[in-house]
Amino acid sequence: MSGIPHDHYEPKTGAEKWLHSRLPIVGLVYDTIMIPTPKNLNWWWIWGIVLAFCLVLQIVTGIVLVMHYTPHVDLAFSSVEHIMRDVNGGYMLRYIHANGASLFFVAVYIHIFRGLFYGSYKAPREVTWIIGMIIYLLMMATGFMGYVLPWGQMSFWGATVITGLFGAIPFVGEALQTFLLGGPAVDNATLNRFFSLHYLLPFVIAALVVVHIWAFHTTGNNNPTGVDVRKGSKEEAEKDTLPFWPYFVIKDFLGLAVVLVIFWAIVGFMPNYLGHPDNYIEANPLVTPAHIVPEWYFLPFYAILRAFTSEVWVVQIASFVTGGIIDAKFFGVLAMFGAIAIMALVPWLDTSRVRSGRYRPMFKWWFYLLVFDFFALMWLGAMPAEEPYASFSLIASAYWFGYFLVILPILGVIEKPLAEPATIEEDFDAHYGEKSDAATPAE
Amino acid sequence: MLKTLAIGAAFALALIPAASNAAGGSGHVEDFQFSFEGPFGAYDQNQLQRGLQIYTEVCAACHGLKFVPLRTLADEGGPALPADQVRAYAAENFTVYDAELDEDVPAKPVDHFPANTAAGAPDLSLMAKARAGFHGPYGSGMNQLFKGIGGAEYIASLLDGYTGEEKEEAGTLFYENTAFPGGWISMAPPLSDEQVEFADGHDNSVKAMSQDVAAFLMWTAEPKMMARKQTGFVGVLILTVLSVLLYLTNKQLWAPHKGKKSA
Repeated sequence: MSGIPHDHYEPKTGAEKWLHSRLPIVGLVYDTIMIPTPKNLNWWWIWGIVLAFCLVLQIVTGIVLVMHYTPHVDLAFSSVEHIMRDVNGGYMLRYIHANGASLFFVAVYIHIFRGLFYGSYKAPREVTWIIGMIIYLLMMATGFMGYVLPWGQMSFWGATVITGLFGAIPFVGEALQTFLLGGPAVDNATLNRFFSLHYLLPFVIAALVVVHIWAFHTTGNNNPTGVDVRKGSKEEAEKDTLPFWPYFVIKDFLGLAVVLVIFWAIVGFMPNYLGHPDNYIEANPLVTPAHIVPEWYFLPFYAILRAFTSEVWVVQIASFVTGGIIDAKFFGVLAMFGAIAIMALVPWLDTSRVRSGRYRPMFKWWFYLLVFDFFALMWLGAMPAEEPYASFSLIASAYWFGYFLVILPILGVIEKPLAEPATIEEDFDAHYGEKSDAATPAE
Repeated sequence: MLKTLAIGAAFALALIPAASNAAGGSGHVEDFQFSFEGPFGAYDQNQLQRGLQIYTEVCAACHGLKFVPLRTLADEGGPALPADQVRAYAAENFTVYDAELDEDVPAKPVDHFPANTAAGAPDLSLMAKARAGFHGPYGSGMNQLFKGIGGAEYIASLLDGYTGEEKEEAGTLFYENTAFPGGWISMAPPLSDEQVEFADGHDNSVKAMSQDVAAFLMWTAEPKMMARKQTGFVGVLILTVLSVLLYLTNKQLWAPHKGKKSA
């Protein structure tokens, strides 16, 4: 699959040849796991494996949970308690699944920011990037619907608030919201369709993950220098790369194991830390919780949603120009989805020819500010909608858009990049010291 | 490499605190010291049994525990009553409706504690997980990270938080309470000193009983906590060993491809 020249699978025995001429599946697996991988990949590159692990973990624990869960408004909450109290190991299954979602999002955010720093979205990897963004969007949909299933107070009211966003769309909003909910309000029909989709979407994600991997196996991995692997000959390519198995499998597993130590400690010792106490109260349409707060992984975009109130002049202009069609609520919805959509467009918004942020002295600082901005938005999303948080939210939201729409396009023009290394080998040797094949001292 | 990993881990953990600091009762929750706090905290079996007694003699008049099966009173890591005591306890204290006989019969261990909606009192099965305790310092959630979310602290603070002031509003009597959000609660002070007699003569002041029943309700909310922490401990240990082995494997594997590290 890869454009990098390397050894391919050669069927040797008769049986292997027999199968290979009919279905080259062994060759496919071989070429996939033996793909030449830039040998200078650093530890920010382990999160792909963590993500793959999360997907499998969530699907496996999810399938077992479904065996004991009942998607009905009268029974959902107590069936979760049944899992927690009566099912063998049920409390571990549920806590792993609930915290597994958090691990999934920790990993995806690091994975995305790694891509943003090292320019992994740039040509020729735009398709990999866009598929990744679609996966991320589906993850958010899946996570949101999964949080509704325990049918606690936050489940119910979170669902009410988020589906209400669709109601803000002019003309079709109300009809769309009713269609999504299966009725005028969040009820049994909503719970059932969310359950169905929460089961379906992970398999769509799994399929897209295959395409995501296929895409970057076609272009080859990016790497911390952003410099391409030499593809002139197999010998040349081998100076820049090592096969994925065993070098990167073992390295990634090491990263995964360390991450899992932390994950397991959270599941074992503080499994409710990332949750919300209100979700241990059964859903009650008649009682609204004091604060409706989404899960932490939605907070940055929730902050952007709330930032654009009717007092903001951009919103007022938009409302005036469109004759009131775009009101503050709809503007917020557009901003929230826009904040995600804009990330998908970054391959064309970034005008710099240099991939890696390592060699972009000005970009670096704007990027670090973006990371800070992301955390700031996350914090602001959890704060009540009042001053000074509202103003901070607006500033932080403005920077999020400014980074993609203004700073990235301009930087490519005005920035003087540093000299990149000529080859990946050069970067690797500069870091680890030149390998002296001649005289290796006895150890 | 370790530095990078540490940065990664710090990054991951840094994402966390924002999540749980949004909620917050405005009431004052005292930072009680419970035996089950922290990664190695365990339930105090005697305390759970005292809590059960207080629940049965006082709280059960109005509050149900509908998610808790009576048989779990015999479970390890809980009150751990002997099986015959659980049978006797169930039969003496609760009845369940038997559809075949069309009458109420004494409860058996397979039954749950009854639901009780008398006086609109909430079910207490999960109360200790449905409330948060001390968030601090500065609402950072650090206390909760190490000691737990603190629902038991909230319950104990509430039971011990009555000031004695009363007011009537729209025909309902409200009692001032320092822990309750808003400061006025419609539940009359349920406990008074020496209200419950313990067989072993244990302290039965309101403060002590508040903590005992709060601990019991923590158990009803999280009955598998001890097993969970043990699984957590074993898992962390195994994964740490696995990490070390993978570290050594990885080092060995890559060594031929790396030059001598120039400092």
